[in-house]
Amino acid sequence: MSEEQHATLVAEQFDDQVQQYQAASLGMWVFLTTEVLFFGGLFASYTIYRYLHYPGFEIGSHHLEVLWGATNTAVLICSSLTMALAVRAAQLGKIKDLVGLLVVTLIFGLIFLFIKFAMEWRHEYLEGLAPGVNFTYAGPHAHQVEMFMIFYFVLTGLHALHMIVGCGIMTTLIILALRGAFSKGHYNAVEIAGLYWHFVDIVWIFLFPLLYLIGGRY
Amino acid sequence: MSELVSHVERKKVYVLVWVVLLCFTALTTGVAYIDLGAFNTVVALAIAICKASIVVLFFMHLRHSEKLIRLVVGVAVFWLCILIVISLSDFATRFRISRPSWPQSQPVTVHHLDMSPGTTTAE
Repeated sequence: MSEEQHATLVAEQFDDQVQQYQAASLGMWVFLTTEVLFFGGLFASYTIYRYLHYPGFEIGSHHLEVLWGATNTAVLICSSLTMALAVRAAQLGKIKDLVGLLVVTLIFGLIFLFIKFAMEWRHEYLEGLAPGVNFTYAGPHAHQVEMFMIFYFVLTGLHALHMIVGCGIMTTLIILALRGAFSKGHYNAVEIAGLYWHFVDIVWIFLFPLLYLIGGRY
Repeated sequence: MSELVSHVERKKVYVLVWVVLLCFTALTTGVAYIDLGAFNTVVALAIAICKASIVVLFFMHLRHSEKLIRLVVGVAVFWLCILIVISLSDFATRFRISRPSWPQSQPVTVHHLDMSPGTTTAE
């Protein structure tokens, strides 16, 4: 790469490309820290309510479909693999591989959302477990179960929102990659989008056992 | 130019990490069907923490990140612990200390706390 091309890739406020790369990555990590505390507030309140209303939380949890939850966990782990490989392809300047892997990651993301909404949320709505919309459960600890379902919908809903944003980011990256925006040594956007994607995966890694596996299934 | 490309992980490492994560997912689902009492939650959380650590270290490249980024991650975990541990230490002790006669087996719900005027919730 000539000196001239190199210069155009570095924004004015940075000394060089290395500093620019480090600043981008640091910025994303700081954002993810705010996200940890954003979800953390909900996790903390979930923990407190689960502690106070355990019987209802256990019953509510047993109404969720473990198989779909586990499948979605696997789908997200697969998407994290393809995302990690996409970043690797970008590092090596293999743009064709990058586009392919981003498309696969996007597809995994869409599969996750399809299972979440069309299989799970729809099922729970039809079962009468959707507070405020269709809540007809009248068994033991009904109010506690309702509270659990509120946590379930808020937590998975917020996570799904992050997935939707992630899918938008993937689409943007695919378009940018096809337009030739990335090259070896110039892939900050792919790297930090990867950090975001993996973070959303980590949130689900905690949501799965906390929501689906309360009190065991034996 | 070589320093512009951060550490490139071998493909094999990523695939291995992926296999380990899938195994952990199967394990955490499987363990839920075995009665371990209170340890079901402990095991589930321990597995989740392991999985999250693996994702952060390998997929998010923390293994090869600068110290500044490790500090940011440490800060995130530290503040999350403050948030959860201190909040819980309050709730885990509140009722027993302030109301020793509170039935331990009875779940504490809003419905049990009759706050309407004229009634007392005396011991």
